[in-house]
Amino acid sequence: MSTETTAGPSEAGPDLSCSHCALPVPASLVEADSDLQFCCHGCRAVYAMIHDQGLGRYYDLIGEDEERGLPARTTGRSYEEFDDPSFHELYVRPAAGGLLATDLYLEGVHCAACVWLVEKVPVRMAGVAEARLDMRQSMARVVWDPAAVQLSTIARFLDALGYAPHPFRGVQAREMRRREDRRLLIKIAVAGAAAGNVMMLAAALYGGMWHGIADEFETLFRWVSLVLALAAMWSASVFFRGAMGSLRARALHMDVPITIGIVAGFGWGVWATLSGQGEIYFDSVTALIFLLLVGRYVQQRRQRSAADAAELLYSLSPSSARLIDAGTVRTVPLEALVPGMRVEVPAGDSIPVDGLVVAGRSDIDASLLTGESRPEHVGEGDGVHAGTLNLSSRIEVQVLAAGENTRVGRLSRLVEESALRRAPVIRLADRISGVFVAVVLALALLTLLIWWRQGAGVAVDHAIALLIVTCPCALGLATPLAVSAAIGRAGREGILIKGGDALERLSRPGRVLLDKTGTLTEGRMELVRWWGDESLKPLVRQVESQVAHPVASALVRGLPEVEAEPEIEVERSADGSGVRGRVAGRDLNIGSPAHVEQLTGPLTETVAGIVRGYADEGLTPVLIACDGSVAAAAGIGDPLRPGSAAAVDELREMGWHVGVLSGDHPGVVAALARRLDIPPEDRQGGATPEEKLRVVERAAAEGSVVMVGDGVNDAAALSAATVGVAVHGGAEAAMAVADVFLTREGIEPLGTLFLGARRTMNVIRLNLIFSLLYNVIGAALAVTGLIGPLVAAVLMPLSSLTVITLSYRARTF
Amino acid sequence: MSVIYIVLPLALIFVIIALVVFARSVRSGQFDDLETPSVRILHDDEEADREDRS
Repeated sequence: MSTETTAGPSEAGPDLSCSHCALPVPASLVEADSDLQFCCHGCRAVYAMIHDQGLGRYYDLIGEDEERGLPARTTGRSYEEFDDPSFHELYVRPAAGGLLATDLYLEGVHCAACVWLVEKVPVRMAGVAEARLDMRQSMARVVWDPAAVQLSTIARFLDALGYAPHPFRGVQAREMRRREDRRLLIKIAVAGAAAGNVMMLAAALYGGMWHGIADEFETLFRWVSLVLALAAMWSASVFFRGAMGSLRARALHMDVPITIGIVAGFGWGVWATLSGQGEIYFDSVTALIFLLLVGRYVQQRRQRSAADAAELLYSLSPSSARLIDAGTVRTVPLEALVPGMRVEVPAGDSIPVDGLVVAGRSDIDASLLTGESRPEHVGEGDGVHAGTLNLSSRIEVQVLAAGENTRVGRLSRLVEESALRRAPVIRLADRISGVFVAVVLALALLTLLIWWRQGAGVAVDHAIALLIVTCPCALGLATPLAVSAAIGRAGREGILIKGGDALERLSRPGRVLLDKTGTLTEGRMELVRWWGDESLKPLVRQVESQVAHPVASALVRGLPEVEAEPEIEVERSADGSGVRGRVAGRDLNIGSPAHVEQLTGPLTETVAGIVRGYADEGLTPVLIACDGSVAAAAGIGDPLRPGSAAAVDELREMGWHVGVLSGDHPGVVAALARRLDIPPEDRQGGATPEEKLRVVERAAAEGSVVMVGDGVNDAAALSAATVGVAVHGGAEAAMAVADVFLTREGIEPLGTLFLGARRTMNVIRLNLIFSLLYNVIGAALAVTGLIGPLVAAVLMPLSSLTVITLSYRARTF
Repeated sequence: MSVIYIVLPLALIFVIIALVVFARSVRSGQFDDLETPSVRILHDDEEADREDRS
């Protein structure tokens, strides 16, 4: 099975691409006389595994996708928590025949080949009865026989294929939504069947108007139409319920005029049928119901897919912990933890609980929880919080609180409360429809009065013609269609919009409050400044590469790589503030200014000035002493993302008032705000989550405010803001409450989002203008009695058609 | 024209049958995922695949 690699040995070189991932193969790994070439051992292993399983056709199906450049990412985890009873209780449900079923969210699903690989699991693995993958949602339903195979084995198999599985947490909510979707679909079918058949009967009746029709058949057709319309009325219950809710809330929205139109048309039709005189409007009424339901379904489905995508991302956050139980470590689901237990947290993992460190020392990145960018050093007896990241070495933590009772859990409650307090926004279409209903009812009354002298029958006939022709079909379709088209396009740009009304609220400029750590900045320590002897860089890198510390890893990432010196001696100081190393015959001391000062004596004026300068910039200064005197200095900090400054300028140009709201040290925030030209009154540092919430609530009282953030500490503020935007890589809580979620890193998509929102609103306005125009013309003709039911019936779908075309052709995102 | 008294109810019965069939297909989940089935048709070579392996 060779794909692109048919090259012979003579062509060996960078032109060869890996048989698995299609990346170029490094010259040192090229195998001279083999059809298969691999860029790394990982790819070789995955290739062998896929082949051994008889799944080689994967390479035919995968095609020339741009994603092809990415090698399969396997985590190699054991997934033993998938077999834990508490895991089963939460995520596994019984299936027919003594089997078990669960939904797993798979990372890295993107093409036809993925579906094929995953759905082949039952063929390759005894005991797995079924594996079905929903590609759009990256969700696999697995049914297996617990007697023959364990879930963790299946999980490891999927992981080995490159699809790391995660338990899916929102099964019930999704099931509810699915049932709702299905009900709506059935209603659409009933309304559509009724509309189609009523239309056929109506054609016969209209024909009869001109060429005559036997009374007997006219009555029959009218009665059959009535029965069919009755079925469509059942479908229209969606609007009736909405209208009732709107009246109860004393806020008129779109469902009210729709309901009035439908009920008036239907009521008059029933009366005409019973009395045997006047027009029946069943054809218009049923077509109206059908079209409006379709519009609603389209919008619902689009919003769902955006919400689903965001929801799936929460499933990625860690759901297991390493429990230390009688000397052995086993992986358990988070839900199984109770206070008093001890858990192990390896370096690089996030801490699952609130607790006390009982063994080991490490550095903790609490930026998601507090916004602070500098890591915090912890040792035995120090408290740590759930949701923070253990950076440098393994620690053991005694559980003080787990789940809901952790600081993160309490913050989530704060978030829920603030979300409830948010003032409801009255949508543009709803505002217009309120006026619209009043005007239409007044006009209908006027028509009735004008024509009353000609007889009650004629008057009512004209009034009903008015109600039909003004029935806000286009008005009802205007918003949902434009919004769903925009949400769909935004999704392809990496902007997930969970609710249509966010677009309306984003269309007019207001204030934007940006979080700092992880939003404007990279969210991790990097080497930002270097002063002094350049020749020391490689040596410093080698010394620091021996040390696990966030500052050390920042130096390693930021300094150039060289051939390793064979002899290095490295020794860390007891308090963790410095490191001493001997390399290439030179004696290096690297550490905080205080630490280095102790070894070299007082700092010179130049060095002290540089240290102060770094501190002013919000950087952590690190001094490097070589053979007893300070030779270089490095400034470590959380650097601005490359695109942030340009993005902030773009927002200002669009008329937004930009501010920074951060939990990090005020000095760091001020230094960063200066670089972005944000004036002192618009920057706030050191804000706790509660303070952030207060600031946003105060700003929201004055006007629209958009909060952009990524951390748990931003979540409450996100939910209180007019629109909350969560950025890539953020915490689960932030994603859950935000109205908009950016799947690309950084804040560059914000400009696109605001521009798209404005364009979408323009499309909606245009839609509303067109549909109102049709209505005004139609109404004028109806009031003057110039149009009968036939013209009204033609005019109505014409306006809807205009709106549909406008919505889907317009450029929004 | 009195045939209409037979044909019309018959047509309505057909409509009802179609609706019932549609409702069943919706309830069985056929319309929940509209994307994956379109790629699933590519996977029809299971037999040949098994021979490969043996």
